[in-house]
Amino acid sequence: MVDLRGVHKRFGTLEVLKGVDLRVDTGEVVVVLGPSGSGKSTLLRTINHLEKVDQGYVSIDGDLLGYRRAGNRLHELKEREILKQRTHIGFVFQNFNLFPHLTALENVAEAPLSAQRRTKAEVRTAAVRLLARVGLSDKEDAYPRQLSGGQQQRVAIARALALHPKLLLFDEPTSALDPELVGEVLDVIKDLARTGTTMIVVTHEIGFAREVADRVVFMDGGVIVEQGPPGDLLDRPTHPRTRAFLSKVL
Amino acid sequence: MSVSARPLAAVPDTEADPAALGVVPSRHPWRWVGVAVVLVLLAQFVHGLVTNTGWDWPTFRQYFTADSILRAVGVTVQLTAYGTVLGFALGVVLALMRLSKSPFLQVVSWTYVWAFRSIPLIVQLLFWFNIAYLYQRFDFGVPFGPSFVSFDTKDLIGPMSAAVLGLALHQAAYAAEIVRSGVISVDHGQLEAAAALGIPRLRQFRRIVLPQAMRSILPNAANEVISLFKGTSVVSVMAIGELFYQAQVIYGRNARVVALLMVATVWYIAMTTLLSVAQYYVERHYAKGALRNLPPTPLQRVRAQYAVLRAKVAR
Repeated sequence: MVDLRGVHKRFGTLEVLKGVDLRVDTGEVVVVLGPSGSGKSTLLRTINHLEKVDQGYVSIDGDLLGYRRAGNRLHELKEREILKQRTHIGFVFQNFNLFPHLTALENVAEAPLSAQRRTKAEVRTAAVRLLARVGLSDKEDAYPRQLSGGQQQRVAIARALALHPKLLLFDEPTSALDPELVGEVLDVIKDLARTGTTMIVVTHEIGFAREVADRVVFMDGGVIVEQGPPGDLLDRPTHPRTRAFLSKVL
Repeated sequence: MSVSARPLAAVPDTEADPAALGVVPSRHPWRWVGVAVVLVLLAQFVHGLVTNTGWDWPTFRQYFTADSILRAVGVTVQLTAYGTVLGFALGVVLALMRLSKSPFLQVVSWTYVWAFRSIPLIVQLLFWFNIAYLYQRFDFGVPFGPSFVSFDTKDLIGPMSAAVLGLALHQAAYAAEIVRSGVISVDHGQLEAAAALGIPRLRQFRRIVLPQAMRSILPNAANEVISLFKGTSVVSVMAIGELFYQAQVIYGRNARVVALLMVATVWYIAMTTLLSVAQYYVERHYAKGALRNLPPTPLQRVRAQYAVLRAKVAR
């Protein structure tokens, strides 16, 4: 479903991604681990084209992201078309990025309202249901600042689900949370994983990876060092860099 | 100091119940001194206003609601309204151009702001006022070629439209910078979140960025509107009957300079007060979500205090 081929990304002279190949099947849950600065977040951001790739390409269900292929050339798409492509990909940020001037319900309803595929009433009912799904039925009219970090992130997840994306991307969804709030957010993500949502999760929660991931990918220095089922990679890593990383975090 | 060192007799049974300890608020004696000084100065000033015949209150009363003055207030309000609406409309467009990804639009916007901030307002106004001298006719047609429609400049731009044009174009340059400052003060994560949700650009601006930018745009914008309101007095150079010009005309006739300047002043103060109150409530509207709970309005505060007072009296 998701297909990354030879993805390179440079910020000035710093090469953050040095040729990443990654394929994710429909319904698969992939957890990306790696030390900070290894390029995991950048990789995630290239998948929904928040970062342009310098070389290589990303495709979802055979459609190139951000480009149109004509013969041997890639033509950059207009922003309007890129925005349309993004509606198929949900993204959850480390620091939530909820819209502070909108209530929880309005946050969830904003994207479907702008897509204008459904009526206002339909969007509202769907948003109410989504908030219930993340356990926040009583917080519909609360503004983000009136919610705890864990509640905010759950609203953000509901918001990402609102357009029925084919793919969900999580960028360290629990890193900005107090330890006792991590659980409630991970529970929501686990629940999504069980219902067969395709997702790629960048995280530092090894326990979560072990429990939920179909496959764990270990990144370091802008490349994928090693990948495999959680049991294999977490317990019997073959690469010394994976071993060094795991020995520090486990 | 340890508790055990204190004589037991000096420590009453509150030691057992810390909640029973009384709290003495800190005193601020100098505040009262300050209040007294200010009150005395204020009393002197008011006394002067009443007793000094130089202020000429009878003349003030005669002209304050005179037809010519009311009409002049109307013109001033009109100039301010047009200047604000047109200025900020163009200003938003200029700010969006400057913030766009197109280098062409950026340069156009930057050049506009540069030009209109560089030329003094009074010069711009005189220029628009005298534009018929520079360009007698306006022709619409093929550039450097034949013209299809032609207008006489004097018919197209009278003194009032010249004033509105001058004020609005000048205001737009400042409004553009105010709007731009508001937009760049919005956290970048907001734009990323909106982009990740695939919200179209214009809607991103209207629904996500602008409401948040308003928080920092509003105080500056209110400043601009108020300064434009008083700044309209500049158009008196074009002999337009706005408030200040009208006051000048009248004291030119009857030599009651102070009284008529006071007429204009009080009108300016009254209108500015209205704008300031409006500003308070508009800012409050855009503060929702930015503060956990909105502070009460002055009116709500007065009502609350009144309720407390009534409860006390009832007891």
